Amino acid sequence: MTDAPKRTPLYDLHVELGGKIVDFAGWDMPVQYPLGIMGEHKQCREKAALFDVSHMGQVILKGDNVGEKLEALCPQAFAALKEGKARYGFFTNDAGGIMDDLIVSNAGDHFFVVVNASMRHQDIPHMAANLDGVEVTEIFDRALVAVQGPAAENVVGTLCPAARELKFMETTLADINGVECRISRLGYTGEDGYEISIPEANAEEIARAFLAHEDCEAAGLGARDSLRLEAGLCLYGNDIDDTTSPIEGSLIWAIQKRRREDGGFPGAARIQREIAEGAAKKLVGIKPVGRAPARAHVEIQCAEGNTIGEITSGGFGPTVGGPVAMGYVAKGHGEPGEQVNLIIRGKAQPAEIVALPFVKQNYKR
Amino acid sequence: MTTYYSEEHEWITVEGDIATVGITQHAADQLGEVVFIEQKEADDEFEKGDEIGVIESVKAASEIYAPVDGVVVEANDTLEGAPGSLNESPEADAWIYKVKLSNPSQLEDLMDLDAYKAFIG
Repeated sequence: MTDAPKRTPLYDLHVELGGKIVDFAGWDMPVQYPLGIMGEHKQCREKAALFDVSHMGQVILKGDNVGEKLEALCPQAFAALKEGKARYGFFTNDAGGIMDDLIVSNAGDHFFVVVNASMRHQDIPHMAANLDGVEVTEIFDRALVAVQGPAAENVVGTLCPAARELKFMETTLADINGVECRISRLGYTGEDGYEISIPEANAEEIARAFLAHEDCEAAGLGARDSLRLEAGLCLYGNDIDDTTSPIEGSLIWAIQKRRREDGGFPGAARIQREIAEGAAKKLVGIKPVGRAPARAHVEIQCAEGNTIGEITSGGFGPTVGGPVAMGYVAKGHGEPGEQVNLIIRGKAQPAEIVALPFVKQNYKR
Repeated sequence: MTTYYSEEHEWITVEGDIATVGITQHAADQLGEVVFIEQKEADDEFEKGDEIGVIESVKAASEIYAPVDGVVVEANDTLEGAPGSLNESPEADAWIYKVKLSNPSQLEDLMDLDAYKAFIG
């Protein structure tokens, strides 16, 4: 691709705040601000952090029975998704791999879908081609801002009292500074918080209003990554991709009972078989014993020295105060407490399989 | 006592045939918050260009490459327990090695402070 990176409506604000800009999935995005990844991470765990996630794809689906039609592409029970509710899900392919993960909200007269920045080019045509009688509209004129952390309710609620009334995975339309926004109580940090879809012309003004709260600071993609890793949340392209199944990715919790039993989604044969018999490998939490971070592609060996898998995400967890990782291990391995070795720069470093998440999720249920 | 700088963003302060080696403030700023360092031990020999350690920040792992030939006399063992000192004081307290130079003429290939400043722009 020779196209120049795209900029979100908050680009000028990122630069003004001293954000270090990197190209992420074709977008000029702040990886960190002067506070630093560690400080931004802790800000989110302890108070509130504002993230620009406008690079993600926002899509409106209009038509009859949209939820039911989405069930032909995803193994989630979207037909049963009530108005005002949001649900995590994924598109699967015929081989049972994950094409992308997404959040689907029932907005009453339409469905609102958010997909990964790197997969917009695939997901929008995929929906347009396969959702018969549904109008698929990608939104280009709205920013998406996440305010996350235990103080997020106060930061957002000060400007928008209706936000306080939402519970985890609920969505509504409400005014912020007189501008109608879609406010959803969810996120990808493991903390309570919101994702707010804002008309682009008002995005900077509203982001500044959130940042004016004493408990809110801007945070970049670096902190977003360490936060989601500690929360045990998958990064599409690293931890899950079009070859890994949801069962391998330890995402069975996101497939509702009716869909597990009845199937009727792409790749159901493999996914239902793996539900019954177990998958060839599965994604687990891995805690290195020492201080050396284990990053993606580090080899995992069992105690006997055989290769049993590979790290897919790993780094330093600022809240944990040490290295944390996720990776795949072969069937027969992966019980919490199992001792393994990670081959870092040629040397075996001891580690333990642990239950995810590393940091307790703090959602407002 | 003279200080030299490498294109790999190391500083080398020479006193007699012993040199103290560390990373520059510029390097530390680029790395971001350091969380782990892996060092060689005393008596380990190395040649210019060899990997003589790894610094891991919250963002990524970065190798340390030897700016000259030498032998490790001492590794700064305070860094393991306090890797963050590489951000706070990379050009003083957070030195990484004291080394005995095997080939002091290699120092001529390195930069002085003015040249290094120009190098990092």
